[in-house]
Amino acid sequence: MRNYLARRLLGMIPTLAVISVLVFIIIQLPEGDIVTSTLDRLSATGVDLSDDRIQNLRAQYNLDQPLPIQYLGWIGNFITGDMGFSYLFARPVNELVWERIGYTLLITVCALIFTWVMALPIGIYSAVRQYSIADYSFTTIGLIGLATPNFLIALVLMYLGYSWFGLSFGGLFSPEYLNAPWSWERFTDMLSHLWIPVVVIGTSGMAITMRLMRANLLDELKKPYVTTARAKGVPPLKLLLKYPVRIAINPFISTIGLLLPALISGEAIVGVVLNLPTTGPLLVQALIAQDMYLAGSLIMLLSMLTVVGMLLSDLLLAWVDPRIRYERT
Amino acid sequence: MSELRELTPGQLAWLKFRRHRLAMIAAGSLIFLYTIAIFCEFISPYTPEQRNSRAINAPPMDVRFFDAEGQFNFRPFVYDLELTINPDTWMREYEEDASTAYPIRFFTRGEPYEFWGLFEAERHLFSVDPNGPGYIHWFGTDSLGRDVFSRVLYGARVSLSIGVVGVGLTLFLGVLLGGFAGYLGGIFDSAVQRMTEVLQSIPTLPLWMALSAALPAAWSPITTYFGVTIILSLFGWTTLARQVRGRFLAMREEDFVVAARLIGANDQRVVFRHMLPSFSSHIITTATLAVPAMILGETALSFLGIGLRAPVVSWGVLLQQAQNYQVIVMTPWLLLPGAFIVVTVIAFNLLGDGLRDAADPYSSLRQQ
Repeated sequence: MRNYLARRLLGMIPTLAVISVLVFIIIQLPEGDIVTSTLDRLSATGVDLSDDRIQNLRAQYNLDQPLPIQYLGWIGNFITGDMGFSYLFARPVNELVWERIGYTLLITVCALIFTWVMALPIGIYSAVRQYSIADYSFTTIGLIGLATPNFLIALVLMYLGYSWFGLSFGGLFSPEYLNAPWSWERFTDMLSHLWIPVVVIGTSGMAITMRLMRANLLDELKKPYVTTARAKGVPPLKLLLKYPVRIAINPFISTIGLLLPALISGEAIVGVVLNLPTTGPLLVQALIAQDMYLAGSLIMLLSMLTVVGMLLSDLLLAWVDPRIRYERT
Repeated sequence: MSELRELTPGQLAWLKFRRHRLAMIAAGSLIFLYTIAIFCEFISPYTPEQRNSRAINAPPMDVRFFDAEGQFNFRPFVYDLELTINPDTWMREYEEDASTAYPIRFFTRGEPYEFWGLFEAERHLFSVDPNGPGYIHWFGTDSLGRDVFSRVLYGARVSLSIGVVGVGLTLFLGVLLGGFAGYLGGIFDSAVQRMTEVLQSIPTLPLWMALSAALPAAWSPITTYFGVTIILSLFGWTTLARQVRGRFLAMREEDFVVAARLIGANDQRVVFRHMLPSFSSHIITTATLAVPAMILGETALSFLGIGLRAPVVSWGVLLQQAQNYQVIVMTPWLLLPGAFIVVTVIAFNLLGDGLRDAADPYSSLRQQ
């Protein structure tokens, strides 16, 4: 297990390196750089900087260096925990990001759990009662969930919530708790808002998870050991849960890797619609204003979150299924 | 068996596909949607930017056959809308006025348009009498008095074509990279494999957002359209490349490939003449299943305001108007483009399922 862990940890490094290069390219994409855009804003307010000051500014951001050096400077700062300065909010990127990424993580993890809690039993039921009316209806609902963009589900929920119950969704907190310090009441208030984004984001992954569980279990149910166990008189429910489900669930853990990027993507857009204090709306604002240090750092962090999530799922899988630990890759 | 008939694999696949009823329905709906998209200028009663100042935020109008007395009319008609301002909320409220009916006419003259950008025309499939005061807004109007139905049709052209064009690009990249990886093996193979892993572990939407936000705002609509399409397919080829690679690896050892190589066929001939045709059906299936991701991607980007931008009309751009809940509560019909997205995506999924079964026409015949 320790070998496996070491190998996987080492394997993460090139992945993260490639991602960081991609992100750096993205930061460079918009025309002009942080200094020219600062100058533009300053001259719009009637302030003109001397050439010396401009040179100093450029040196401060390493802009007078060739690109590879700039990259190393940026990634070096990033690793040591300095993500630069957001001119859009006139605050360090660190502060902006840390106050939001926790909520992103919370919502994503809850959405993942929601997907599983809903999809696993449904998948098992659909496999056991293959071609029943319930099987078909679950497949249909799953298909609709797959086909509906996340933000559309959120919009429709908002409409229904308002026209049926007179509720206005949005945000993670009621107005009175928005800036209140953490307390039990604030926590429960958050939970009462949290389920909406969790359901909206979780629905999109449900179809694929349900299908996978159903297919895996169907394969397993055909195997001779199931027939043998049934012939020996093992009670059906015990038989089902003790053997085939346990095996069918294994490849499932590996779907974390499949679901996680989708969930994080989904969160980015649902956050905008539901006005959540997460990284999604921040990213959109940063991109529209071309505040590239903020945008780049956010993309980098979200990718890291995914990569680490995948690592955890692989470790979990290796822990559950010893065959994987010893497999040579 | 009295008569032995030989069916080509194509005929077998078609027979099998036809048995898949849902896939047939899906194929029918897609043909319908694409036809509408192709002829949208003609089918829509108005042009997308045409404003009706007398119907702002008007709700969808019912097309009727029975009038107020229950009398059946062969020619369908719509009632006039009467505008009142609610004294409490200051909101516009529309009510049908059963005393004035506007019959629907076909092939009417209306706002001139350029058909496919080729020639000027002014005939529309249907509308009410263009010289009269009436109007028809089947899906209602938006805050500028533009006809939502017409805009949905024009949006169909952009949203539906971006899926196909994007998948075309994806297909090209996927088959090229996956094919070479599987056929050549070695360093190139591992490079493509690592690249695939990296790309699959990045949440795509933030990356799409970053790249399309970087598209210069000064670009013309058509350039932006292709820019967004390229961005969408840049990260979409990985699944296809994996499949193609797997197939190539498996097929490299097949007898017919070895035989072809022994006869002296060069690499190019082996790949394009012998290997690609034998799994082209699988490629088509995967491509069909990849279209929805493209459409959803474009929709999401445009919805956020960093993909396609007005004056381009796409389903995502249309939904952007319905971003906050005051708008949705007041004018829920602005969500109608969403219904088209859902139907399209479901249809592509069902079609893909049907094609997957049909792609291997011998599988179930062997079982039977």
